Amino acid sequence: MTAELVRGQNHPLPEARIEIRVSAGKPIVAGATLSDEQGAVHGVEWVAHPGSPTLPGIEVSKQAAADHRLACDLDALPESVHRVSVLLALPSGVGGPVRFGAVAAPFVAVTGLDGSEVASYTITGLDAESAVVALELYRRQGAWKVRAIGQGYAGGLAELLTDQGLPQAHQLAGTINEAVAQGLARSVAAPPPRTADGDRSRQAATPVRGQDQGGTAPQGVHGQVPPQHGHPGGQTSGSAGPSGAGTTGHGAPPSGYPSGPGQADPSAVTPSAGVGGPVNYSHPGRQPAAPPPPPPTAPPAQPGQPAQPVAGDATGWSMEERLYNQVWGMFEDLARSAAAYRSAVDFAESRMEQELDKVLSDPRSRIGGQGDAAREAARAKHSQLVDRARESLDRDLAQLTAESEVVEPALPPAFARWDNPVWQGYRVPMEVPMALRLGDLHLPESAGLSIPMLVRLPLERGLWIDSGRAGSVDASIADSDERRRLAMETAVAHAARLLAVYPAGDYAVHVIDPGGSGATALAPLTSTGVLAAPPAVGAAGVNEVLAGLTQRVDLVQMAIRGGAADSLPPDLDTAEQLVIVNDFPHGFDDRAVTQLRYLADEGPAVGVHLMLVADREDASAYGPLLDPLWRSLLRLTPVPDDHLADPWVGHAWTYDPSRVPNGSQVLQHVLTQVAAARRSWNR
Amino acid sequence: MTVNMTKGQAISLQKNDGGTLTAVRMGLGWQAAPRRGLFGSRTREIDLDASAVLFADKQPVDVVFFRHLVSDDGSVRHTGDNLVGGVGQGGDDEAILVDLARVPVHIDQIVFTVNSFTGQTFQEVQDAFCRLVDETNGQELARYTLAGGGQYTAQIMAKVSRAGAGWQMTALGTPANGRTFQDLMPAILPHL
Repeated sequence: MTAELVRGQNHPLPEARIEIRVSAGKPIVAGATLSDEQGAVHGVEWVAHPGSPTLPGIEVSKQAAADHRLACDLDALPESVHRVSVLLALPSGVGGPVRFGAVAAPFVAVTGLDGSEVASYTITGLDAESAVVALELYRRQGAWKVRAIGQGYAGGLAELLTDQGLPQAHQLAGTINEAVAQGLARSVAAPPPRTADGDRSRQAATPVRGQDQGGTAPQGVHGQVPPQHGHPGGQTSGSAGPSGAGTTGHGAPPSGYPSGPGQADPSAVTPSAGVGGPVNYSHPGRQPAAPPPPPPTAPPAQPGQPAQPVAGDATGWSMEERLYNQVWGMFEDLARSAAAYRSAVDFAESRMEQELDKVLSDPRSRIGGQGDAAREAARAKHSQLVDRARESLDRDLAQLTAESEVVEPALPPAFARWDNPVWQGYRVPMEVPMALRLGDLHLPESAGLSIPMLVRLPLERGLWIDSGRAGSVDASIADSDERRRLAMETAVAHAARLLAVYPAGDYAVHVIDPGGSGATALAPLTSTGVLAAPPAVGAAGVNEVLAGLTQRVDLVQMAIRGGAADSLPPDLDTAEQLVIVNDFPHGFDDRAVTQLRYLADEGPAVGVHLMLVADREDASAYGPLLDPLWRSLLRLTPVPDDHLADPWVGHAWTYDPSRVPNGSQVLQHVLTQVAAARRSWNR
Repeated sequence: MTVNMTKGQAISLQKNDGGTLTAVRMGLGWQAAPRRGLFGSRTREIDLDASAVLFADKQPVDVVFFRHLVSDDGSVRHTGDNLVGGVGQGGDDEAILVDLARVPVHIDQIVFTVNSFTGQTFQEVQDAFCRLVDETNGQELARYTLAGGGQYTAQIMAKVSRAGAGWQMTALGTPANGRTFQDLMPAILPHL
């Protein structure tokens, strides 16, 4: 069983003969220093490094490599040695990366001679450091233990060795670097990297010259080093994850945005030592299990008064999840309050009718004012009940409106309206949000209060932007061209939002515009260059796009069912795909329609989504054949329309699409950033 | 302080300190049937169900039971169906929570009932009880022991009705027969 160590954690070593496996994305130098009971390194002869790889009881590699195996026989170490520090450093002066922040988080594992892992440690949170003490093995009451250290040094090996108390630290650092440079000169140059993963395995296999390491397996088997498969989270978190809080002390931009990712220009590295920060105890592989920060709680309410609403006042692991749950809580509360009001009003009306009927059928009421009085009483009872119902609805609405006023400004971009200032400060995110706002919902009773309509991502159903007249409450837009234009603009706004909330390059949008009629509305997408390809026109364009996507769905499905996800062709775009179809079924032949239905059915499960901009009337020639297609899509309208029902009581909610304010440049602003991020990430 | 109410007794839900009751919970608990014989799957489980029927002017307008766990207005919530009972000795196996402040204005009576869905009579059920609890402080307002209650499969337990600005509770404790609350409707109506 492997103990996954966090920084500072220790673990007993069961046997004296062990191997320490190191794996990093780039060639690095591995070494070890021996120190006595007081922690002092007595001299250069107590340091195992590429220039002097073998000491009694420990042996390190002669050169820099992406993967290392350090053989260690703890029993063979001199009696006076009480501590062995395993150190890693980036080779200097050979043109590689000069800071650990720019490479994948190094992974270190202590294994027995049979390869069984005893303990492992992923060194996260490194940034400007170029040398790091990874582990230390130490004697404790006659037995050896291992402790995860992860202490980085921005000043490189020299600083590290100085810190270990070695007087000749600078000379030794120079010796080591020279030995490494010689070692690199002897080895075959690695071919230029193509993808991060390809790069990794190839470099691992290149410096295969370490066969002279007694007793260890040949280095050619590096592909089997566990972190390659077992710790995907640990490898990325060093450069992209949010775990850098531990050691970065200087004002680097948050690593969640591409302006400051690990691949930044090495010249931009600040030389300030980012070491010695608070210890990051969070386990790199178990990020989500860390307890979330406590939610904001409402201040205690005055007795008899409802509590002041606070944004994020719901359960969840993150602020995003809390806001999502809060919005849904508001949705449910509004639905139920309205249901209470409606049922009270219905009841009041039916009771009044019954009473009026009774008065009418009673012969005595025809004489004198008795009947009028009874009628009056019935009406009074009705209005009294309705007034009380309205009163309690107004109370609920006031509370929900107050909540909405604090929640709306706190929403992240994916949940926010286009006029929310959060979009002005938009930056391309690193993670897919949990949901997306498609528009607003409100009830006739709550004209002033609308609830964000949030749908979970990735989308489970395609979207249908209805450009038809059917069911539209806004009859003023009678002109068919105007409706189509509005529908296409709505579709573009939805697509832009999807593009914006996915990390750079994780969302690809295709457009099928057979007649070219959507060119004006598509301008924000085409002019900023965020589309995967120019809008496809004509029947040939339709067929080409659909064939490509159909093939993708087919391949990914086969790979998933066969459990062979890694044998997909290398040119397959792993991003989620959205295809916007304008003017369906114009330009579609029967074959293309069938392909579209296939995509609608099978696509969402493998990341291919459909956005159909269509008037159902146009496809009436297909008869009921397309009914399943329409049913499988979530119908949205470019104008307010009351066709959506809530899941609790089934009110008809008026849907209002999230529209870009007139004259606003927010779409261009956001899409330009998306395009720039994609270029800088080369995806 | 537990009030072991007698049939027909009414208590006002005005609290001692003058505030009115804002939330009540109806709890229902029973002991699971003992497992007999070799084939564990054939033991005859006992499934009791708690229901709350909402009346406006003696007309049922909404009901909360295991197939409709939340009233449309959200004020009455069932915590979920328990099919076997015996969750905790003396604890509630099923509960219905009523937020009296949010009950729609036209609802003036809420009747709580217990049914034996699997058909065992209360004579056969061990340690069955139902109770009403003031949800704000956990105080038990009323408690009935159902076990040994004779050849009945249902009980109309209590009603909570509007009285002036607040609510009052009346213990009913009427035995009846029926699988679900629908079968009890004729028996409920005289109590409204």
